[in-house]
Amino acid sequence: MNVSEQWVAFTTIFIKEVRRFTRIWAQTLLPSAITMSLYFVIFGSLIGSRIGDMGGFNYMQFVVPGLIMMAIVTNSYSNVVSSFFGAKFNHSVEELLVSPTPNYVILLGYVSGGVARGLCVAMIVTTVSLFFADLNIHSYFITISIVLMTSVLFALAGFINAVYANSFDDISIVPTFVLTPLIYLGGVFYSMDLLPDFWAAVSKLNPLVYVVNAFRYGVLGVSDVSLPFAFGMIALFTAGAFAYSMHLLNSGKRLRQ
Amino acid sequence: MTVALTIENLSKTYENGHQALKGISLQVEQGDFFALLGPNGAGKSTTIGIICSLVAKSGGRVQVFDKDIDEDFPGAKRYIGIVPQEFNFNQFEKVFNIVVAQAGYYGLPASVANERAERYLKELGLWDKRDQASRLLSGGMKRRLMIARALVHQPRLLILDEPTAGVDIEMRRSMWEFLKGINAEGTTIILTTHYLEEAEALCRNIAIINHGEIVENSSMKSLLKQLHREFFILDSAADLPATVELEGFECTRLDDHSLEVGVEQGQSINDVFAQLEQQGIKVSSMRNRANRLEEMFVNLVEGAA
Repeated sequence: MNVSEQWVAFTTIFIKEVRRFTRIWAQTLLPSAITMSLYFVIFGSLIGSRIGDMGGFNYMQFVVPGLIMMAIVTNSYSNVVSSFFGAKFNHSVEELLVSPTPNYVILLGYVSGGVARGLCVAMIVTTVSLFFADLNIHSYFITISIVLMTSVLFALAGFINAVYANSFDDISIVPTFVLTPLIYLGGVFYSMDLLPDFWAAVSKLNPLVYVVNAFRYGVLGVSDVSLPFAFGMIALFTAGAFAYSMHLLNSGKRLRQ
Repeated sequence: MTVALTIENLSKTYENGHQALKGISLQVEQGDFFALLGPNGAGKSTTIGIICSLVAKSGGRVQVFDKDIDEDFPGAKRYIGIVPQEFNFNQFEKVFNIVVAQAGYYGLPASVANERAERYLKELGLWDKRDQASRLLSGGMKRRLMIARALVHQPRLLILDEPTAGVDIEMRRSMWEFLKGINAEGTTIILTTHYLEEAEALCRNIAIINHGEIVENSSMKSLLKQLHREFFILDSAADLPATVELEGFECTRLDDHSLEVGVEQGQSINDVFAQLEQQGIKVSSMRNRANRLEEMFVNLVEGAA
């Protein structure tokens, strides 16, 4: 396939993915808006007003970046894992496998779909957050870079999960038992400074800590971790996830007999 | 003559140790309408899966026109259109979008994709259903949708795995006519089917696969010539005598109006009519007892078992 044909194939997958999550918007876009609004009301307004400042900002301002990032992570992951596993489950993935579309185009198509949903939800949640807190972006470059890198990383993670999944249970186990705890323990609701030294050190093994803090730096200008290190870690995880996803596609694992 | 498909010593052993293909070889010429027959589990779908990349081969060589799948699989895939046995499209997607998306996977620009989707959906009688979710189609319509999807990039080799399974007779006949038309326009077609009269009606050449081995590979005509004996059912308008005997022929009285007569190779059915005439029996109609190919198929498969 030449480059323009690959572009057609890529846009075909991308448009199909966007059409899918917008068609079922009540399942894909609306829940995050409602959940995050509840977080803003409960943790930001009701409980947050009693907590006081954190990291030099009022609690509502402190949690908003983490909650936006939480929405991006879960949605970019969920989009790819459910869409690609669905395609495996109903065998429509064979439409792609029998075509000359290169594997990296297939991967980029699905990942871009996940990124698109992550960005849509990020915009919705950010808009909702403006009803509760003033957001003055500290660095647009860092904010946008982190949003894109994170959504790519978790879309890739969703793809890997989808390849290994054999049932619908398998696509909910990782988000429920791995992703959600990591997000909650990733500094969304608290600063690492509050943790005892031991648990602060343990937390640094959690990749979500870097994602949340780098994004918080982009929005508020404060972070519990070194920004270059956070960028490096996210880039490393993303490169690793991409390489592994390509390995799965090239080997045909769980896709070809 | 250009060869559309070359398979040499193709083998496949699955992870569980099952040897689905034991080094099969065959060739399909360009423009052919080729039947690949065999009982369930014989290796037909494995062979097709390897050709279109859904199954990884364990050994051997596959070439589609001038492209060896080990050297240029994307190039080979461009030549192939596949209609699988199972429905493998997104049941929530609209009919038109399914066909257009498939064109996109082959790099066809939207204008060409839309035009071809319209053409094939119209030819296959699905244009009225284009905005319907595919799950709402009947079984026959779903099969035709898969044919439209397989044709949208205009493949030179169309592979149909049981395309008329579960389709009513009228629909099956119209699909036959459509496939004959596609074949007449130059598309090479490989067909697997359990309806042997379908293979007999459509295909010029045939391979029979059993237990992962090719047990027969010849033209349909020469295969049918191998039949040593054919059975005919002869119907009489008047009541038949209590016993009917035909010298030199195996003859069974089925009921008051029907006889079954076996005619060996080299014998003439005119002799049957002559003897019946002498006995005062007038034949009002005649038909084959069973599909001739079916009989041959059973002989070959049972012989190889």
